[in-house]
Amino acid sequence: MSYSAKVIDHYENPRNVGSFDKDDADVGTGMVGQPTCGDVMKLQIKVGKDGIIEDARFKTYGCGSAIASSSLVTEWVKGKTVEEAMTIRNTQIAEELALPPVKIHCSVLAEDAIKAAVADYRKKHGENQGE
Amino acid sequence: MNQLTADFFTLFALPSAFRISPAALEERYLALQREAHPDRFAGADEKTRRLSVQLAARINEGYQTLKQPLSRALYLLQHLGCDAGLTDSSALPAEFLLEQMECREAVARASGNAPGLQRILESLGRDLENCYETLGRLLDDKQDYPAAADLAQRLMFLEKLRHDADEAMFDLQDGNRKSD
Repeated sequence: MSYSAKVIDHYENPRNVGSFDKDDADVGTGMVGQPTCGDVMKLQIKVGKDGIIEDARFKTYGCGSAIASSSLVTEWVKGKTVEEAMTIRNTQIAEELALPPVKIHCSVLAEDAIKAAVADYRKKHGENQGE
Repeated sequence: MNQLTADFFTLFALPSAFRISPAALEERYLALQREAHPDRFAGADEKTRRLSVQLAARINEGYQTLKQPLSRALYLLQHLGCDAGLTDSSALPAEFLLEQMECREAVARASGNAPGLQRILESLGRDLENCYETLGRLLDDKQDYPAAADLAQRLMFLEKLRHDADEAMFDLQDGNRKSD
C-alpha cells in the first residue's frame, strides 16, 4: 500500500505537534485510542474568550495515516468556533488525504479526537459557569 | 474435508477455552500439517489438490490464532458470540489512554538506551503475564465475557507497546552490530 503525497507531507512535516496544559481552563483535551491497531491519539484545542479555537496541538502514536489525520485536523480547527469544529467529518479528512479504505478508521479516530476535545472543553466550561 | 469449515478449537481437537496446552497445540499442528501437506496430493485430481492447499492455509491460520494468547482470547470471544468491540475508539477511559500515551513516550525517550528499554520490557512483560492470568480466570473460570472483552481491548494497546519497545531494542542491537 502506498501513501498519498498529502499523507507523506503531514507525516514528514507534522503540524502542531505538542501539548498544552490539560488543566488550563481554556484547553480541551481529547484522548482516543483504536484497539484494532493499538494507536493512541491526543488532540488539544485552546479556545479564546470569543469561543474561537486559537490554537491546537496533537500527539499521535500510530501509523502514517493516523498521524496525518490528526495533523490535518489541528490545521482545520484553528479559527473555527467549537460548534464548527464539531461538524468536521471523517469522510472530509479521508477525502483530503486520499486515504485507502483500510485506513478510513484513522480518519474516524481523528474525528472522535476532536469531538472528545470539544466535549472536554465544554465540560470544563459548564463547570466553571456553575461556580 | 469438513476440517475446512470446523472452528479452530475443533480443528485442533482442543477444548474451547483460553487455557490450552501449548504442547497439545504444537503436536496437533504438526500432525495436521503432515496430513494436509500438498505434496501428498501431487497425484490427486485438481479439486482435491485445491482443497489440500486451502486446508493447509486454514491449519496455519488456526495455529497462529491459537498460539498467541491475545488472538486466542479474541477468537474465543468471537466463537462464544461476544463482540470484543475492537473498532470502538471511545470504549476505553481517557485515564487509561493517557497512561498508554505516557508509556509510548517513555519508550521513545529510551530509544538508544539499552538498559532503559530492558527495564521497560521487563516490567511490561510482568504486567502482560498478570493480565493473561486474569484473562484466563475471566474466560475459563468466571465466564465473565464483558470483563474479558474489556481486558482484551486494553491488551491490544499493551501488546502494541511491547511491539514498539521490542522494535526499538532490535534497532539498537542492529545499529551496534553495524558499527562493530
